[in-house]
Amino acid sequence: MNRAKRLREIPMHVMLLPGVVLLLIYSYTPMAGIIMAFEKYIPSKGIFHSQWVGIKNFIFLATLPGIFGVLWNTVFIAIMKIAAGLVVPATIALLLNELRQQFVKRCIQTMIYLPHFISWVLLSGILLDILSPSRGIVNQLLSSFGLTPVFFLGDKAWFPYTMTITNTWKEFGFGTIIYLAALTAIDPTLYEAAIVDGANRWQQTWHITLPGIKGIVVLLTALSLGSVLNAGFDQIFNLYSPQVYKTGDVLDTFVYRMGVINMEYSVATAVGLFKSVVSFILITASYKLAYKYADYRIF
Amino acid sequence: MIKSLSPGRKIFLSLDYIFLISIAILCLIPMIHVLALSFSSNSAATAGYVKLWPIGFNLKSYEFVTSEPSFLRAMLISIKRIALGVPINMLLTIITAYPLSKSIQKFKYRKWYTWFFVITILFHGGLIPWYMTIYKTGLIDSIWALVIPGAVSVYNIIILLNFYKGLPEEIEEAAFIDGAGHWIILWIIYVPLSIPAIATLLLFSIIGHWNSWFDGLILMNTTNKYPLQSYLQTVIVAHNFTIVSTKNLKDLSEISDRTSKAAQIFLGALPILVVYPFLQKYFMTGMVLGSVKG
Repeated sequence: MNRAKRLREIPMHVMLLPGVVLLLIYSYTPMAGIIMAFEKYIPSKGIFHSQWVGIKNFIFLATLPGIFGVLWNTVFIAIMKIAAGLVVPATIALLLNELRQQFVKRCIQTMIYLPHFISWVLLSGILLDILSPSRGIVNQLLSSFGLTPVFFLGDKAWFPYTMTITNTWKEFGFGTIIYLAALTAIDPTLYEAAIVDGANRWQQTWHITLPGIKGIVVLLTALSLGSVLNAGFDQIFNLYSPQVYKTGDVLDTFVYRMGVINMEYSVATAVGLFKSVVSFILITASYKLAYKYADYRIF
Repeated sequence: MIKSLSPGRKIFLSLDYIFLISIAILCLIPMIHVLALSFSSNSAATAGYVKLWPIGFNLKSYEFVTSEPSFLRAMLISIKRIALGVPINMLLTIITAYPLSKSIQKFKYRKWYTWFFVITILFHGGLIPWYMTIYKTGLIDSIWALVIPGAVSVYNIIILLNFYKGLPEEIEEAAFIDGAGHWIILWIIYVPLSIPAIATLLLFSIIGHWNSWFDGLILMNTTNKYPLQSYLQTVIVAHNFTIVSTKNLKDLSEISDRTSKAAQIFLGALPILVVYPFLQKYFMTGMVLGSVKG
């Protein structure tokens, strides 16, 4: 019997085999490749024959001027994006939930989901045009109100906020989906009972709707902890320029320039390793929190 | 519930409608502006007269872009990438999610395998080791570099396995008694019952492949192997025109840089706009079923 059971499991091992092999090669081998961070890696010598230097690359990084600025920029931009990404979609979902004309509601949803599906390359092309200080439509509008033009993408002070606002523009609509799902899951008899008890709309929102989506807010907050070192490479890489490096350079763009442009492979890998380790700790913690406070499991 | 609304409620609702409709329009205005630019004349665009409607309507920018060999070649590479990448992606997702959706009684090693897959989303080797691995496997400059390293999407697998878990177990048990093995159960029962989820993931996979630009940029050494988004990144964002064939560089002065960029942006987004209605039909149900469990 036991043997028959084992035999019956064989096809399932076969089904998993291609995925396992591909991940071994393209996910686990790069994980082993992080030993480059402890070497003075020279491509012609390869990983096994390059000189072992211990934590020298990390010491070099720690003494690099501007590295803590990069770290700060990363966390600052990421946290602003996370906060906006929690508050804006929740608010819009609550407002959408009040609409009674399904057709209007659907049209609005269709319109606000769209930017999520357009790549950052194309959206950057659009933003570079509309935010241009000389000819962009946004600054034309500002001038028509008598305001001075703002160089949203070239001004150090503005850049992190421009990133947050444009990222919110792209993602808030898509973010409402999960809240709308939570809102439709609220038992309608609760509202009926509240109406019988004489509760007005505000009281219904306060005592039924908000508690109804509390769970999902807690869950998304806990899970977002894992992305505080992800400031959004796709967006920043396509929109930043040397004049905003001081406030806009983040870990991922720094790794790219170090590794791909300057060909400092070991140093770039060291930064990457730092990011991976911290992110790993944060993601694990966030899943633990999500499990504890929202009873959430990913699988 | 036919009850007249209180005046306060009426005011709130009207404001709500106005606010949300404005927000929705605001979402699309940047794209409409760029679309208007792409149809406008060179002089109107350069002078900044174009707002939301084309001025001096013409199709010159589109003629220019679609006659540009490097643009067409990049588009073809993107199509090829989708034709190769999406089926591989979907097949792997469908067959990998099946054993992982089983209970530990039915598949003893499920937990081990699940951790093996989940660890890859928790920990990454980073950019340089990733590049080195692809280099060592000899994929640099090949279309397979854009297809194979990202073929296993653990996120998609998790969505589908959660969907599989929601399917009634009784059908599977009945099929098993009738002598069906796991492969047959997967293809005859699981796949047809999971069409909403699979359709969603299929569209996500198409969009994912279409929108990817960084892998093309970094894994292709010659620009004539770039897929469209990498090509557009180089031309529109990085302002690097060396990639554009020299014959057309002369025309570039005659056609406004601004209108031709606008036309390229619109053409780059067109396939997304085409699949979008189908996507919307499925992703609401598919996403929610896969991600929010009871």
